[in-house]
Amino acid sequence: MQRIESINDFVVKFANVNGSGSASANELFAKAILRMGVPVSPRNIFPSNIQGLPTWYEVRVCEQGWLGRRGGIDLMVAMNPQTWDADLAEIEPGGYLFYDSTRPLPPSKFRDDITVIGMPLTEICNAVYSDARQRQLFKNIVYVGALSVLLEIEPEVIEKLFGEQYRGKEKLLASNVQALHLGRDFAREHLRAPLGIRVRRADKVGKRIFVDGNSAAALGCVYGGATVAAWYPITPSSSVAEAFQKYCAKFRVDPATGQNRYAIVQAEDEIASIGMVVGAGWNGARAFTATSGPGVSLMTEFIGLAYFAEIPVTIINVQRGGPSTGMPTRTQQADIISCAYASHGDTKHVLLFPQDPRECFDHAAAALDLADRLQTPVFVMTDLDIGMNQRLCDPFEWEEGRPYDRGKVMSAEELEAGKDFGRYKDVDGDGIPWRTLPGTHPTKGSYFTRGTTRDAYARYSERGPDYVYNVERLLRKFETAATLVPQPVLQPATNRTPLGVIYFGSTTPAMQEALEDLTASGIPIDAMRLRAFPFPDSVARFIEEHEAVFVVEQNRDAQLRSLLVNELDIDPARLIPVLHFDGTPITARFITRAVTEHVRGGARGLVGGRPPVVVPPIEAPGTEVAK
Amino acid sequence: MTYIAKPRLRHPTLETNKVGYTRRDYEGKISTLCAGCGHDSISAAIIQACWELDIEPHRVAKLSGIGCSSKTPDYFLGASHGFNTVHGRMPSVLTGANLANRDLLYLGVSGDGDSASIGLGQFAHAMRRGVRMAYIVENNGVYGLTKGQFSATADQGSKSKKGAINSDSAVDLVGMALQLGATYVGRAFSGNKAQLVPLIKGAITHGGAAFIDVISPCVAFNNHPGSTKSYDYVREHNEAVSRIDFISSRSEITAEYAPGEVVDVRQHDGSLLRLRSLHRSYDPTNRHAAMIYMQEHQARGEVVTGLLYVDPLATDLHTALNTSEQPLNAMDATQLCPGAGVLEKLNASLR
Ligand SMILES: Cc1ncc(C[n+]2csc(CCOP(=O)(O)OP(=O)(O)O)c2C)c(N)n1
Ligand code: SF4
Repeated sequence: MQRIESINDFVVKFANVNGSGSASANELFAKAILRMGVPVSPRNIFPSNIQGLPTWYEVRVCEQGWLGRRGGIDLMVAMNPQTWDADLAEIEPGGYLFYDSTRPLPPSKFRDDITVIGMPLTEICNAVYSDARQRQLFKNIVYVGALSVLLEIEPEVIEKLFGEQYRGKEKLLASNVQALHLGRDFAREHLRAPLGIRVRRADKVGKRIFVDGNSAAALGCVYGGATVAAWYPITPSSSVAEAFQKYCAKFRVDPATGQNRYAIVQAEDEIASIGMVVGAGWNGARAFTATSGPGVSLMTEFIGLAYFAEIPVTIINVQRGGPSTGMPTRTQQADIISCAYASHGDTKHVLLFPQDPRECFDHAAAALDLADRLQTPVFVMTDLDIGMNQRLCDPFEWEEGRPYDRGKVMSAEELEAGKDFGRYKDVDGDGIPWRTLPGTHPTKGSYFTRGTTRDAYARYSERGPDYVYNVERLLRKFETAATLVPQPVLQPATNRTPLGVIYFGSTTPAMQEALEDLTASGIPIDAMRLRAFPFPDSVARFIEEHEAVFVVEQNRDAQLRSLLVNELDIDPARLIPVLHFDGTPITARFITRAVTEHVRGGARGLVGGRPPVVVPPIEAPGTEVAK
Repeated sequence: MTYIAKPRLRHPTLETNKVGYTRRDYEGKISTLCAGCGHDSISAAIIQACWELDIEPHRVAKLSGIGCSSKTPDYFLGASHGFNTVHGRMPSVLTGANLANRDLLYLGVSGDGDSASIGLGQFAHAMRRGVRMAYIVENNGVYGLTKGQFSATADQGSKSKKGAINSDSAVDLVGMALQLGATYVGRAFSGNKAQLVPLIKGAITHGGAAFIDVISPCVAFNNHPGSTKSYDYVREHNEAVSRIDFISSRSEITAEYAPGEVVDVRQHDGSLLRLRSLHRSYDPTNRHAAMIYMQEHQARGEVVTGLLYVDPLATDLHTALNTSEQPLNAMDATQLCPGAGVLEKLNASLR
């Protein structure tokens, strides 16, 4: 049997039982490799949060720096008997299986094309610990210890991490170090170490930080000046509000008075949470809510109001698998259409597409500025893959003294000076009217805000021309938005090519890797990463300049492609969908295969003629799909 | 219309209040409601209350949902910002507005459809959160704007204009407000301004969530025999409590009828309003007693009006959240942004 041999390039997957305390041990494993200067990208794969159900943690170790999910598993740490068969099946030929061998298993339970490493974890822990919870918890640390020997992870690095984690809690520190050594000692004495896959110290991490997108978005809201947050718990967005609470408690308490420079309300539902954001936005505070698909569905009436009454609102949508309750703990990019056109009537909304936690931070702060500038709802469209997984990304940056763009708010002095105030009047030609905040002036500038149609001076009016003036101005405002939103990032191929690809958000790391693989196999492609809707002019130009453009996204219905076709009036035949929607993050392998098959198989598809739609292969029902 | 400042020309004899405004300065647009609609009387009461309280109109933010009742903020306090939100959701918008700027006075106007049907949840949660506001429901037992369907406050067995009998039992917003922790709870009748104005004044000056349910007959769809929200019905079944004169520390409010007395009050439309005020022993600071009292009278078919409960020391959501005295909407980057240095440290902790 040929063992997989690889240094700093492999995938480890931990199969655990939810509630067994494995999460922190697994994270420790990933962080230790990171501290050795080798990039990692971990992913939590978990069912709706119930104790006892299976949960997985997959760590891709990749010195080259690819952070997308690779697909295939080189080392499976199989700690959950419930998922044994499926876990075993996922291991690549020549790969490794690490398991708790306390209870013997029949040979039929193994494969002969992999290396099996058994360690009596339960037995070891039962011998050392008397307390049931300790036996359970330290089992995780013991296997991390053993793995550190098998993979040659430096023990000092792990101990240092322990030191940081348990600063001031000496007892905990000592017992964790003890468990680590328990695992290390056993592995050294009884196991054949190291494995063919190993970690070697490198210097490929640099100044990058390791953080999850939800915390980053929350921090972006703190830096961007959000003072009111209203939310309703929903996976995978809840940790945005929780992190905002945590950061505010740290950074937003007036040192002189001990009073809070923020207000956070856990509302009774999503309707109330967006309602509060609308009220706060109307009254001049920067406000946001964080939610996911079902929450957006409930919010749509208010989103329409905010659009038409022109009220700044920031919504962080951490997307998950839909429709309906769909796959609440899996990832998708499937709310593009429902957010772009949320609510009844003719509406269009600004969407931002962060690619990683760093951009979650940037875009959250930018969304607060944009919402104020444009006086409209702005969505930050992240997803579970970015939101709930820690990702290596560029460090956060903030220009010292950066002011907030409060947009066109007319002051009492300006009103006093006789400046014409028509709440819905386009005085500057950019479609954005001026507003006043309640309480500004005793006699001037007050108006009645409503979702009903009105004239440029906010007077109730059902006259056709008044209505048309308003909704056309809103379109003009949307055109202005296209110039203010983060612009697309262009990545030209090394050689001239008739092929282009458009992608966005969490697809980025997989796409980057796929682009390199494709170039290597003789298919260079010009790439454009979208960062926002409305689409700036450069997007239409990019599509025009190519014979065919792949549109890669993580939903069934090619929602971004539909938006491109609809908004830019493009011949749909030019846009070839590459769609991944099984709830797992898209992989480079998937993109590369889809593009290659299309290019090799479809000369007819590329020039003229409608190209075949690419769908992911259908797996046997009930199996864990790993791509 | 509110965007035009009202002509400052005024008759020299027009009385001004302490802040220099005449009653006319508290008016709004001409009402478009049906002549005789109870809601217009409530607008008039709000105008009088604000004038008597010497409130600068622009320091009031008036918010509403959707319905005839929710249109009324356009018809008073023309110089203040108004917000006609969406059906049933005024409370959340008001909550957010209040969090943004605690310095304004918040007036929430809603209908019984708006608050007891589609918006029941938001009503309940605003009460239990203690959002500082005067929440006024203009309760006519029907959907006025959509032309006469029963609302959730229509009494069981009452009859619609088209003759349908309501089989559902009624939601009693006053009972709910008491139960949910509102700290100022009253009920009034739009036809009794003498009682309504001081109630509104008390609500506006109250330090927490103040709720007033105002029975406000809909002359178009719910003012017929068989309705329990008609002028006649309410006049005949009204039982009033009157000990409300201690509420405002700014101006004393006196009741127009003595405790224990029954009085006939002739209204401006010529109708007679019969009021029986509450026994002297009624203690409006006892939430539990208020609930029992109200329910007992309800069982007898009587509508209790007046101030049913007040916690004079009430605090609000800002107190609970320990929010800064300075309004959140007035803070700038220097107060809100932790700065580049802190970010560097955060970055370091994430490696
Ligand atoms: C989501 C939604 N559903 C329904 C309506 C239609 N609608 C407008 S007003 C109204 C009822 C208003 O009744 P109420 O609050 O009692 O006020 P009134 O008109 O009786 O004063 C309804 C159902 C709406 N505007 N929005
Ligand atoms: S329909 Fe009823 S509630 Fe509406 S304005 Fe007319 S009388 Fe008033």
